[in-house]
Amino acid sequence: MALLELQGIAKHFGAIEALKGVDLSIDAGEVVGLMGDNGAGKSTLVRVIAGNFRPSEGQIRIAGKAKHFHNPVDARSEGIEVVYQDLALCDNLTAAANVFLGREIKRQVGPFRVLDYPAMYSRVAELFNELKSETRPRDLVKQMSGGQRQAVAIARTRLSNARIVLMDEPTAAISVRQVAEVLDLIRRLRDQGIAVMLISHRMPDVFSVCDRVVVMRRGTKVADKNVHETSPEEVTGLITGAIHTA
Amino acid sequence: MTTVPSRPLQSSVAIEDVTSLKERSFGQRLLSSQPFWVTVALLIICVVMAWDQPEAFATADNFYNITRNFAFIGIMAVGMTAVILTGGIDLSVGSIMGLVGVVCGLVLHAEHYWAVAIAAGLLAGAAAGAVNGFLIAYVGLPAFVVTLGMLSVARSLAVVLSENRMIYEFGPWGETFNAIGGGSILGVANPAWALLVLALIFGFIFNFTAWGNYLYAIGSNETAARLTGVPVRRIKMQAYIVSGLTAALASVLTVGWQGSAINALGQGYELRVIASTVIGGADLMGGQGGAYGAVVGAALIEVIRNSLLMAGVDANWQGAFVGLFIVLAVLLQRIRGKRSA
Ligand SMILES: Nc1ncnc2c1ncn2[C@@H]1O[C@H](COP(=O)(O)OP(=O)(O)OP(=O)(O)O)[C@@H](O)[C@H]1O
Ligand SMILES: [Mg+2]
Repeated sequence: MALLELQGIAKHFGAIEALKGVDLSIDAGEVVGLMGDNGAGKSTLVRVIAGNFRPSEGQIRIAGKAKHFHNPVDARSEGIEVVYQDLALCDNLTAAANVFLGREIKRQVGPFRVLDYPAMYSRVAELFNELKSETRPRDLVKQMSGGQRQAVAIARTRLSNARIVLMDEPTAAISVRQVAEVLDLIRRLRDQGIAVMLISHRMPDVFSVCDRVVVMRRGTKVADKNVHETSPEEVTGLITGAIHTA
Repeated sequence: MTTVPSRPLQSSVAIEDVTSLKERSFGQRLLSSQPFWVTVALLIICVVMAWDQPEAFATADNFYNITRNFAFIGIMAVGMTAVILTGGIDLSVGSIMGLVGVVCGLVLHAEHYWAVAIAAGLLAGAAAGAVNGFLIAYVGLPAFVVTLGMLSVARSLAVVLSENRMIYEFGPWGETFNAIGGGSILGVANPAWALLVLALIFGFIFNFTAWGNYLYAIGSNETAARLTGVPVRRIKMQAYIVSGLTAALASVLTVGWQGSAINALGQGYELRVIASTVIGGADLMGGQGGAYGAVVGAALIEVIRNSLLMAGVDANWQGAFVGLFIVLAVLLQRIRGKRSA
């Protein structure tokens, strides 16, 4: 049984049909690459799975059970973690505060529940260490480089025991070395039995780390292939529409 | 003001060693913080005035008056900070003061216990704040419009309830009520003590609780806050209730100090309150500000007013100065923001 199953997912924004009848399934420990041109509907699909948007039609099943997410907290409680395309960071907060936003570590001081900064800083420092990112937990996100911001967004997904991690262009703004770290992280997640969906425009990344590649065009899924049965050339053709279906 | 405590953390030495190069020191953070410079300005003005007018300015009496006068504005500025941190604004605080004053006066006039009067006043303030908060957070109307509406409604209610008369016959518990707002402890006026306690409480809340953290998060990126599971609407509503409550507290203390309630109480205060928070470093776009800044901002405005009076300048110039200051403070923030971006 697939860990995550989408059936006939559609999403309309007024007259815009961002998604049209998308079927997709991901197993535990599987890495699926999602590719498509700008505006193909990739981020919209992520947001439907993450509970930000209610699908106009269709069903989401997790481990066989139908789920209706009303908000991101619902999805998170099912073990779905997301790196959003715009990273969803608060500029005026520190890296640690961003990582823990919405699930802070607290400590009882007399009658009060107080933020446990030392615990959060050391946990976040550990996560950054693991990601081999030179990001300081106490720095404001406002002053950070693109790569550090991305590290903050990725660190967030490592806080709890995720079952499914959705990454919307996690390597868009980072250096070659950091890309390798993120790809490595994805492999480690896979080895732990976590399902990963990687959205990327970078063909080499997708082909090096993914088991399967799914191509979307104008809101519909046009291909869903094992990476060994396709090639970057074919995928490029599918993305641009030069090849219609595969 | 940031949520960062100044004490460095020892347990993560390894990563800190590699990356400590760019870590800003406490000194650097201080020099780039607006409350710090406002405090410096405040001290300079005080020193100059004490040197220039030792008999008038540097007296215990004048200190008593200044601290009491800015306490009312400061108390409201602390509550306003919660709202401004979320990127909102509360224009109704002056009118809420008027309404609360009349409610307290009427309850005392009806010969009720002093604590009942205070409770009724605080309840009225919280209710007005809850209406603001509900319309802004749950209905999604702009804060500017909603609180402008409340400015009009609360003032009108105050006039109607008071039948446009001053209320000064406070019944048997009036004396106790008046002693709370008008009294002093150790030579410092009670409202100033109230401000001190409130500022400490909210300084703690803003920096060390999840609720305080969420205010900053909502103000710096509301969408991100929602995506990460912050209960954005509830927190925003609560911020307006806090602002209503602090306006009510300021009103209770003012009515006690003056020994009478008039429905015009607090007219025009909203601008002074907002000016205090902004001068103290709060960003009207949200996500930046703090309790200490609100208090020194209020203190600076009052000390300047006091100094102008002593320098023989017409007191009516105060409005011009407050207006000028608020624009200058925002301009300063823009310039600093450009540099750090
Ligand atoms: N909130 C929204 N309201 C209206 N239309 C939207 C909304 N979100 C997305 N769309 C539309 O849905 C379509 C798909 O957008 P989406 O962001 O999913 O594309 P994408 O595949 O992620 O593109 P990119 O590679 O540029 O990130 C676009 O036409 C977009 O304009
Ligand atoms: Mg996208």
